[in-house]
Amino acid sequence: MKILSRTYMWLVFALLYAPILVLVVFSFNEGGSLSSYTGFSFRWYGELFRDSVALQSLKNSLFLAVGSATLATVIGTFAALGLDRMRNRYVKGAVNAVTNIPMMNPDIVTGVSMMLLFVALAGILNISDILGRWTMLIAHTTFSLPYVILSVLPRFRQFDKSLREAALDLGCTPAQSFFKVELPQILPGVISGFIMGFTLSLDDFVISHFVSSPDFQTLPLYIYNQTAHNVKYSMYALCTLIIVAILALLLLVNFAGGIGDRTKRRKEAVK
Amino acid sequence: MKKFLTTLLIFSLLTLSLPLFASCGGSDGAVTLYVYNWGEYISDGSEGSPDVNAAFEDWYKETYGVTVKVNYSTFSSNEDMYAKLNSGASHYDVVVPSDYMVARMIEEGMLRKLNKENIPNVQYIDMASMFGNENPYYDPENAYSVPYTYGTVGIIYNTTMVDEADIGSWDIMWNEKYEGNILQFNNSRDAFATALFKLGYDVNTENEAEWREALSLLMTQKPIVQGYVMDEIFNKMENGSAAIAPYYAGDFFTMYEDNEDLAFFYPEEGTNVFVDAMCVPTSSQNPEIAERYIDFMLSEEAAIANAEYICYASPNKLVTQNEEYRAAMEELHPDAMEILYGTDGIDMQFYENLPTERLMLLNELWEDLKIESSINVSIIVMACLIVGGCAAAGIFFFVRKRRRKRYIDGLWN
Repeated sequence: MKILSRTYMWLVFALLYAPILVLVVFSFNEGGSLSSYTGFSFRWYGELFRDSVALQSLKNSLFLAVGSATLATVIGTFAALGLDRMRNRYVKGAVNAVTNIPMMNPDIVTGVSMMLLFVALAGILNISDILGRWTMLIAHTTFSLPYVILSVLPRFRQFDKSLREAALDLGCTPAQSFFKVELPQILPGVISGFIMGFTLSLDDFVISHFVSSPDFQTLPLYIYNQTAHNVKYSMYALCTLIIVAILALLLLVNFAGGIGDRTKRRKEAVK
Repeated sequence: MKKFLTTLLIFSLLTLSLPLFASCGGSDGAVTLYVYNWGEYISDGSEGSPDVNAAFEDWYKETYGVTVKVNYSTFSSNEDMYAKLNSGASHYDVVVPSDYMVARMIEEGMLRKLNKENIPNVQYIDMASMFGNENPYYDPENAYSVPYTYGTVGIIYNTTMVDEADIGSWDIMWNEKYEGNILQFNNSRDAFATALFKLGYDVNTENEAEWREALSLLMTQKPIVQGYVMDEIFNKMENGSAAIAPYYAGDFFTMYEDNEDLAFFYPEEGTNVFVDAMCVPTSSQNPEIAERYIDFMLSEEAAIANAEYICYASPNKLVTQNEEYRAAMEELHPDAMEILYGTDGIDMQFYENLPTERLMLLNELWEDLKIESSINVSIIVMACLIVGGCAAAGIFFFVRKRRRKRYIDGLWN
């Protein structure tokens, strides 16, 4: 039984990581082919850093990911705070459901409706080129918002209300009690919400496809359009770099979380 | 420690994004020219090729003293491009649709007549050898478009897997000897054209019965086809996991670079030829610069750079008569010039823009072809899932019941 579960686990890992591994290995392939490995080389990495369009798209993607994740985290944290404080159970349920809808909505519906909204807005405001950096930012913030709320809300639920009451009792203003007492407690939820928003924004294709403009192409759009002919091998190098970056980010976060838990446990032990 | 690390993390992300924010307001009085082209369809500076867009910027600055910034974006299908342009959300100055799309866009008034005075290099375009007359079918007045590249469909095969005796005709794609080694286009127009050519019909036929006949022919091919694919063809042909595939002549060279066992032929029944042409949409805000951009693309250096990068046939005499270009192509493949340009004896047909009811019929037939047999598979899969789900649920409840019973029994003892 144990062997069976072990093999099952390895099978799952293999299925998850084999494609990524192939990509990483072939990004170092000198020949530029998926059929034969001709030798180790950094050739495609060199190509990548000479490809100004790819680098610009990468920059755009990062800007969008950081920007929209930051905005969504700020808005989402306060939304979760408001949701948590609601007294009326039914209103709370209703608002919660409404915030979850964008998450269940198929991307294509969100994308098309966003585009229609922006185009209509452009008509009303009489702007000729409304789509671009800022519309993308709005769209990405919108679709990552529910994920942030979803990851912050449970933290508020776990939070011991008497702590806040004590803080207020001891002379904190509500704002002080939020930043000094509550925020440190809900921080893990906020961070995971931020990372969620970051990754979602980084790999979104469908919504970006509709609300992007020629001024502002993101990496997924750039790579997708290459399929019209043949995807450049330097894209393998780029994807490898992104994987490494994401991996580092995840490790850092897990590491940080782990240390936090350990110090907490130690403190509790001291008590 | 945790707090420190997380602050560090957020801080580093923010500082990372700062230069990105700073780079936002990039306009310093320069004119931006929006070019919308197929993906991977220009010499862009990769692998040592010249960067044509950058060269245009320099050239324009030198010649006219105006700083022009080329904003180059890409699409992956004519329909994508059409939708984007039609949504009115963005403006482009130069677009590069294929022939039938040019016809449709002219019809719908989406293209602007070109001022050929700004495009003197158009004299080098060899219309006669491409179309047989000076005016292409998709642009009867030859007023709205300038050809960028043209290409042909042929059959690519692996010489180690295919018998030389079998080549020469579309029949090879229906040859049962190669069962499981044949690839077919995953796009309705191209796939149906292979059948129509084999049947000897016009690829733009008005006759519904002929389309249906093509469908039944494709149905008979379906069991021996390995898959319906587009750009996966590159890998499948390069690593020898398929033996026969119809594809564009220019892309054959890309595959040949990786696998020298591959070869190419034009079927004797005739095949498809297509043109991608540069046009200026009516919504363009800088039509004059757009025309000069088109002119620059036709100039010797840019045209050769593009032709060598894309490997599709060039309609430009400056390219086809250039010795260095010929030598470069022949280095790529000994018969490259012959494959690209030696299409005189072959019956070449354009896809015309089909009327709406034909397009709907085509979509319907295509769905019939693609869905028909896979529906059985999906029913089986669904049934298995449902049965499996029920069994799992049954076992789960059974186990839970027994556990509870045991627990309650435990309480009694």
